[in-house]
Parts: sequence; C-alpha cells; structure tokens
Amino acid sequence: MKIIVCIKQVPDTNEVKIDPVKGTLIREGVPSILNPDDKSALEEALRVKDQDPDTHITVLTMGPPQAEEVLIEGIAMGADEGILLSDRAFSGADTWATSNTIAKAIERIGEYDIIFCGRQAIDGDTAQVGPQIGERLGIPQVSYVEKFFLEEGSIRVHRALEDGYEVIEGTSPILLTTIKELNEPRYPSIPGIIKAYREDRIKVWTYNELDIPSTDIGLDGSPTQVKRSFTPEPKGKGEMLEGSIDDKVNSLVKKLQEKNLI
Amino acid sequence: MIQKTFTRFTKNEVEPIAAEVDEMERFPKETVEKMQRFGMMGIAIPQEYGGAGADELSYAMAVEELSKACATTGVILSAHSSLGCWPILKFGTEAQKKKYLIPLAKGEKLGAFGLTEPNAGTDAAGQQTMAVLEGDQYRINGTKIFITNGGEADTYIIFGMTEPAKGLKGISAFIVESDTPGFTIGKKERKLGIKGSATTELVFKNMMIPKENLLGKEGQGFKIAMQTLDGGRIGIAAQALGIAEGAMEKTVQYVKEREQFNRPIGKFQGLQFMMADMETQIQAAKLLVYQAAVAKAEGRPYGKLAAMAKLFASETAMDVTTKAVQLHGGYGYTADYPIERMMRDAKITEIYEGTSEVQKMVVAADILR
Repeated sequence: MKIIVCIKQVPDTNEVKIDPVKGTLIREGVPSILNPDDKSALEEALRVKDQDPDTHITVLTMGPPQAEEVLIEGIAMGADEGILLSDRAFSGADTWATSNTIAKAIERIGEYDIIFCGRQAIDGDTAQVGPQIGERLGIPQVSYVEKFFLEEGSIRVHRALEDGYEVIEGTSPILLTTIKELNEPRYPSIPGIIKAYREDRIKVWTYNELDIPSTDIGLDGSPTQVKRSFTPEPKGKGEMLEGSIDDKVNSLVKKLQEKNLI
Repeated sequence: MIQKTFTRFTKNEVEPIAAEVDEMERFPKETVEKMQRFGMMGIAIPQEYGGAGADELSYAMAVEELSKACATTGVILSAHSSLGCWPILKFGTEAQKKKYLIPLAKGEKLGAFGLTEPNAGTDAAGQQTMAVLEGDQYRINGTKIFITNGGEADTYIIFGMTEPAKGLKGISAFIVESDTPGFTIGKKERKLGIKGSATTELVFKNMMIPKENLLGKEGQGFKIAMQTLDGGRIGIAAQALGIAEGAMEKTVQYVKEREQFNRPIGKFQGLQFMMADMETQIQAAKLLVYQAAVAKAEGRPYGKLAAMAKLFASETAMDVTTKAVQLHGGYGYTADYPIERMMRDAKITEIYEGTSEVQKMVVAADILR
C-alpha cells in the first residue's frame, strides 16, 4: 500500500501574540510545529504501516526551506520519505494555488492508494486545501474522519458531524481529511530522529520539477487577497458577583436593566 | 528536535505523575516502559548495539528535561545509561555486548551499578565483596548498599575483590543478572528526596556467575569504576541542572501571579536580584554540563570537565531550589507546590556519584598534575 500524507509547518499558535498597533501576528521567536491535525493524519498512516510493514509512506509539504523540519519529524515518527515543495514561485499562495501545486506534486509521485490530510492548519483554519486536492485529482474524498477502518478491498470511515457521525465506505484511491479525535499521535522515536537527520530521505521539488503554469501557483495563482487584518477588541474583564443568592440576583437584575437588556 | 521531543514527553508523561511518585515513594515503571517504546533507554549507544546512536549531549539533555519535572525519572535514566550500559559498551567483549548491552539499550532490560559498600564509599578500595574463581565460575559473597535502580534492574555491573592483597588493583568488575541464584535484594532505603527512585541493598550469598561475565580483565575493576563514574557525573550534573531549571520555571510563574501590596511580588527589586543570580548560576551550570557532554561525545578527556559540571550544577540546584522555596513563601513549604520536592531532590546531587568534595579532589588532581 502506498500512502501520501500532506503536512504543514505552522507557528505554534499557543505562543503567537498579536502586535496591538499593526494588528499583525508577531512571528518572531515563535516556535514552528507540525500542524496537529496533520500529525493525526500521519499517525493513522503509520498505524496502517504497523499492521503491514510493506506500506510506503511519503510525507509531502509545501513551504520555505525550513519546512524541511516537519518532514524530518514525520520521518522520525516513521514515514519512509519526504518531499518538500519549495520555490519562490510558490510563495504567497492561497488555498487555491496551494492545492494546485500539491495536486501536481501528487500526480508526479504517481501511484498512491490513500492520501491523508489533516482537517485544517491552525494558522489559517480554512480546511480547504485537503478537499481541493481531492477535487483536482478527481478522486473521492471524505472529510472530518474520526474513525478509520481498512478492510479487504474497501475503506470504511466515520465522518464526524456536529451531533453524531456518518459511516462512509469507499475504495482507493481516496483522500481523507482527519481530525484529532482520530487517534493519539506517537512521539518521534529517538533512533528515528537520528536516522531522519543522518539519512538523506528528503527530496526538494521546485517549480521546474512540476508541470504547472506559473499563473496557477503562488501569488499570481491566488484569487484571495488579504485587504486588511485587525485585532478584535478584547472582551471586558468579567465580574464575579458576591454575597448571598438574593444579593447576587438583585445586583444581576440591576446590571441587566442598566444595559437595557431586560 | 530531540530536545523538543524530550520536553513534550516530560510535560505529557512525566510531570503529571511526579508528585504522586514522590508521595507514594513509587518506582514509575510505566514511565520506564514509555521511555523504552520511545527509544530513550539507549540514547548514546550505537544503533548496532540497539541504541539510538545519538551522542552524550542528547543524552544529557534527556536527563535534564526529565529532571525539570521529576528528578526520580532523571536518575533512573542516568543510572541505567551511564552506569549500567556504558561500562559494557566501553569494556565489554563482543559477546557481552550482544548478550547484555543490546537488551539494555533497547530498554527491554534495566541496568544498575553496584560499587558502594557499607565500609567502602568514597574509599572504594575498602571493598569487602569477595569474588573467588572456582573452575569456570566466580563465587561471589558480599553486600552492596545505596544501589540506584536496585530491585528494579535486570542487569547489574558489580565490583568485588579478586585479589585482596593488591588493594585497588585487586578489584574486578562483573556483569550479574538479577535472577542469579544467591542474589537477593536487601533493605530498601527511605530517603529525603528522589523518593520514587529505588535505592536498595544487594546481597550476594555464594552467588556463582560464569567466568565470561568478568567485565574487562581481573584487576581492572577500579579503573572501570572510576571511568564509569567520570561519565556518570555528566548524567547527575544534567539531573541537577534540570532540577534547577524546573524550580526556576515554576518560580518565574509564581512571582508574576502572586500579589502582595497590590502588585505581583516579581515587581520587587529585592526579589528580582535574587532571581537574576539564580538564572545566571543556571546558565553557567548549563554551559559546564554541555561542555563536558560535548567533550565526551567528541572523545576528548572529560574527567575534570565532568567533575566541575557536577560540582557546580549540583550546588546550583541546591541553591536555586532553596531560594525558590523562599520566593514561594509559605506555599513553597507545602506539598501543594512542587518546589519543596525539588529542594529535597536537589540535595542528593551533591552527594551521589562522588560528593562535591570528591569532585574538588578530581579537579585539583587534574590541575596540579
């Protein structure tokens, strides 16, 4: 079985602060991590490999040269090889241009049975790239996968809904986007980290390696333009009402009246 | 990435149970199993012998990170790696490495080291454990005390006199498995700190071990012990460093949150100066520890560097944790906060694998050579 896992390096949003004046993210000094949903996607692929060691897993990412780190992490966790799509021509891409580029890279990889993508990246939160890749490749896709079963000749998944789940069956090739409820990702093993750094298992593909017009990628291929970014006003500080129940109810009613809410 | 991974492992797997491990004086077996799965039990052992093939610096960082949250877990790894695995890697025959080192480095087995006796502490030459060759077996009789990982380990490196008349040159080292007839675990110590770490007596009564379990040559035991402890000190120095860093992290958080006189206590300059000193000591200790680890990784002499690292890092750990308790005030003295545990744990780093005074002897001997 051949599996491709699409992953992304993202700033650790738990550590990101917003510049109060400019309204932009302060990215300096913020550590980069492997996007959490993508980690679940990779874990599920690794579980397939645990069952069938002949499984070959490729981790694929697009980003600047330092995005190689997440490929190393993926290989340290157990993936077989990594492909980094990195070129100035790819930069400034929105989800449209990104999925164009990644889909082309997957066509170049050629054979695959399953493509796992994380549901969404914690920096953009769009959840668009996975489904768009599936569309461009013309293969079936299921999003929000919370359970995955590989059965003889078919793939069965539970797709999370707000109040339950759907059971969906499909055949490969298929693209699945995964949510963190799917599994508990393993740690990269220490021997795995050492191997990942020492052995050259990462290929870098640039614009020249992909058969794609320059108008479909990067900033030129991106219909989305960011017009303005702003920081929402922080909510006022909460107030705890003190005293007996009667006191609290009275003061609550008074406050609601003051604000013309009742 | 290695360090980040250790940090994540410590936060998720070690920190949540650290207080309970201390309170119950419980050996955290489950953490050892997790470290095994994660390939942490043979960090600096080459991959051909079942290890991860990383270097001494990665190993020191592992002990450091673990000890930030739980010094017990730190010393389990340190004793296993530096004292249990390393002597076999360095002095073992190919057959010994295959049979004993591989399962240790993979973490399938846990290692320990038995040198200290009731009458042979710093003066290791006072060994009363006797090893007498009878045909193709050694008969070993004696008692070891204060053995870290005692009772939990499967493979022990132990020392005994093969030729008492020769003093230091009459000591030999052996590899002993825990299920050897005549080998029993004696008293389990109750301690001030690192309470989850198993510290026990080992009793050998007419224990027969095959001749091929001799480590190195007869009479090389003292040399093996001293070289092993030189390296072990890097592990303990890293443990001390981790304890100090863990206490510092908690203290920084605390002084920002704790308010007195309508402001966080971290705003008071008297306390700020104290914390500036603590942080400076920690960074100095870190450089010494990493320096020793890098020297060992690069195959340069590291005896003096390791002694200085252990001396300075352990005294830093004691000083920083004591001040951290002070900065936490009354809360710091209670078991609701981890600080008092860190202070209790710190003390041992000034004592085991050579007291601070011994480290000074090592450093002085080196510079006055």
